[in-house]
Order: sequence, then C-alpha cells, then structure tokens
Amino acid sequence: MAKAANSRSEPWFRVLSALVFLATWQAGAELADSQLLPNPWQVVQAIFDHSADGELLHHVGITLARVAVSFFVAMAFGTALGMVMGSNRNWNAALDGVLVLALNIPALVVIILCYLWFGLGEFAAILAVAINKFPVVVVTMREGARAVDGDLLQVARAFHIEPRRTFFQIYLPQLYPYLLASARSGLALVWKIVLVVELLGRSDGVGFQLSIFFQFFDITSILAYSFAFIAVVMVIELAFMAPLDRRMSEWRT
Amino acid sequence: MSSLDIQIVRKSYPRGSDQAPLTALADIQFKIEEGEFVSVVGPSGCGKTTLLNLIGGLDTDVKGSILVDGIAPTNGPVTGHMFQTPRLMPWLTVRENILLVENDGAVNGRRADQLLTEMGLANFADTYPVHLSGGMRRRVALARAFLNEPGLLLLDEPFLSLDTPVANYLRRMLLDLCARRSATVLFVTHDLREALYLADRVLFMSGGPGSIVLDLPIDLPRPREPESEGVEGLRINLLKNHPKLLAGLVEEKDP
Repeated sequence: MAKAANSRSEPWFRVLSALVFLATWQAGAELADSQLLPNPWQVVQAIFDHSADGELLHHVGITLARVAVSFFVAMAFGTALGMVMGSNRNWNAALDGVLVLALNIPALVVIILCYLWFGLGEFAAILAVAINKFPVVVVTMREGARAVDGDLLQVARAFHIEPRRTFFQIYLPQLYPYLLASARSGLALVWKIVLVVELLGRSDGVGFQLSIFFQFFDITSILAYSFAFIAVVMVIELAFMAPLDRRMSEWRT
Repeated sequence: MSSLDIQIVRKSYPRGSDQAPLTALADIQFKIEEGEFVSVVGPSGCGKTTLLNLIGGLDTDVKGSILVDGIAPTNGPVTGHMFQTPRLMPWLTVRENILLVENDGAVNGRRADQLLTEMGLANFADTYPVHLSGGMRRRVALARAFLNEPGLLLLDEPFLSLDTPVANYLRRMLLDLCARRSATVLFVTHDLREALYLADRVLFMSGGPGSIVLDLPIDLPRPREPESEGVEGLRINLLKNHPKLLAGLVEEKDP
C-alpha cells in the first residue's frame, strides 16, 4: 500500500522540485537585477527568438549529429576492446598501461592534437570526441566481461550451441547493465566535449554559437542554447534509454 | 542411444608453480552399454563432476581416452546435460531457455511445447525463471536436457537440495522420460537411496583421487518405489557388507 501511494505522489515531487528551481532562479534574477543573470522568461523568449529563423535548430542538429557519430564510434570500439580485455588476461596485461594513459590525457590535449595532426575538419573533431569517451567505455565493459558467469557459458559448450547464438543469447545479455551504464554516462560526457571541439575548431554547432555569444557577453543566448540542448538530451533519455532499460530488465520484475 | 568407453589413466589440475598438480581421477576404466542407466556414487570431492565434464566434452585435458559411440565427445553427438544448479538464462523465458539448445529449428518448436506439457509447465512457457520455484526450474533444466532427444544424458546431482517429495516427483519424471525416449544415462549423486532407486548399475567411487571401487548391477524389478523394501533392503545389505567402502558417503536425512 505504502509503495503504491509513493509511486502515485512521485510525479508531484518531480513537478514541485522543478517549480522550486524556477522560482529560485526568478528570485535570484530579481535580486541581482543585472545583465549577468537573466530571468527564466527572458531565456525562454530567447529560445523562441533564435528558433524563429531556424538558426537554433540548425546548430543543435549539427551538434547532435556529431554527438551521435562519436558516441557510436566510441561505444562500438570501446565495447569490443573491453570484452577482449575482460576475458583475456594477456590482452589485459598488454593494454592496461595504454588504457591508464588514455584515461588520464586531458580532453583538451586530445582535441588540440587531433586538430593539429588531422586539420581543422569534421574527421578530427569527431575523432577527438570519440578518443575522449573510448577509454571510459573500455573500463566499464571490461568490468562487465570479467563478471560474466562461466557456468552459463559452460551450458553453451555442453549443448554445442553455435557461437553466434552463444554470443547474443548467453554472453551479451550479461553485459546489458554495463552497456546501458556506459551509454548513459557517455551521452552526457560526449555532448560536453563536442561543445569544446566546436568552440575550438568548427564554424557551426552549439559550441561555435556559444563562443560568439561569449564575445558579445550575451548570457541570455548562452543559457537559451544550453537549455535547448539539455532538453534534447532529456528527450533522448526518455525516448530511448529509459524504454531500453525497461526492456532489458523486464525479466527481473 | 550411445555407448561409452572410458579409460582414464589420470586427470589432474595444475596448482601453483611450486606445487605438484592435484590428481582428481586416477585409473578409471568402465564401459556403458546402449540404453543403460548408470549411477555414479561417491563422497563429495571425489571427482564425480570432473568425470562428467570429461565425458561431456567440457574438459579435454586428460591422460587416457574417452569415447562416446567410439569417438571423442567434442566431435560426437550433442548430449543432454543437467548441472547441479539449473543454469537457466534469467533473461530468457522458459520456452526460450529450452529452445536455446535446439539444433533443428522446425522439429524443436513442437517438441519444446510437448515437453513443457508433459512436465506440467505449459502455463509457464512465457514466464521468466525468476518467477519459478526451485523444483520448476529443475523441470525446465530437465526439459532442456531432453530437447534434442540425446543418445546420452549426463546428470550431475540434478535434484540436490530439493525436499524429498519434489525430488521424488522429478525422479519419477526422469525415469518416465528415459523409458519413452530411450537414452543412455549417467547419473552422478552422493545419495545412495537415489542411486539404487534409479539405476540399472551403480559405480562406487573412492575419495580423491577418484577411482572406481565397486561396480554393482541392480537387479530390482521395475517399476520401483523410492522408499520400497527392495531398495531399502539392498541399501542396508550393501552397507553391512561394505562398511568401510562407503565411509564418507553422505546420506540424505529423512524428512
């Protein structure tokens, strides 16, 4: 009973916390009474202003495309290497040092080097983002591969189950929680790095726009672009991640 | 139906570099005829599971020869395997779990449904294992072992840690299935009553390194009852004649 009541009141708490956030912001803006902190309505107004001629949509779309490509590249290669390192001690020993190195290279260094080596182009931009995300995926997926249950794999051998089916129905499902965790944290990380990449070496995208607003001290537009992109990320979470999570953990309920 | 020809000289596991390898099995020779139901009884740690894994092709590192129908098990026909725990995939439904091991698409779908019906699991075909009781999970594992109508069934203490009525129900189900779909069966257990009730022949193993110390044919007529006089009498007689032989044998307590 208590649980049912909780789940019914839960949405109200979400709405309440959003309202508190907006009210605090509004109050802060009134108190400061400054160009440095616009109030929420000014930001909403700016979102509409920038949307009118399709400019905001254009830049958000370009940033989203860069996020998508670098995200999938990093996830695919990171997952593959994580599986190899998690299931094979020799590969792990051979690559562990490189991995620690990769984890600790500052994002900015990777971005600058990519631009210097491969030119100020799309390839360098996406490569730089993917390289930043890649080692984090490897570490998470390695943990997942290490936790794979050997007893269940033995079932595959006992019944001579073909490798493809063994991989997709016995091995991979054990990695789903790790995949999802790395996709969720990855999305947040990737879009932040994409903005830096755009700011440093691209002439479109949200990051590029932010750099222009920065030069003009246009804080309202900076917030408008940020919130527009945060909204996109939230839609991705609600439309893809959450349903995926539900489907993959269906058997637990 | 399959026949078995086992000639193990030694099976050992490597230990740390400064220690000698641990010998799990030594000098084991026996043959099993087609369609025989053979139980292997021995104290825990005597290498029963090791023996089954070798015969099932899960482990190939052995000095000696293991032949199923005259060939090495890894190249041989698919056997049915039942482990100490059900080892079902929690993310697959009951039906998907059974079909996971299928090797002949068209036939297996129908056979899976038939097995589910025979085992009283028809209403649970689309249920995930987490919602099933321990006994039901074993039934699913049993159905999975039978799906491909294997010539050889390898069962590793499959009814361990179940209460007696459930275990007896599953034992009857196993005998039933074996009678209808003739298979050669190797059934590992440490429970003497269970072995005498089920088997045509019982192989007794010594403590590690395991070897076979007694090869006993069971001449009791079938069908048998698990707690019948015949089974009990045989058990008491056996323990009287060979008290030392069976030292270390763990007995299931009466409920």
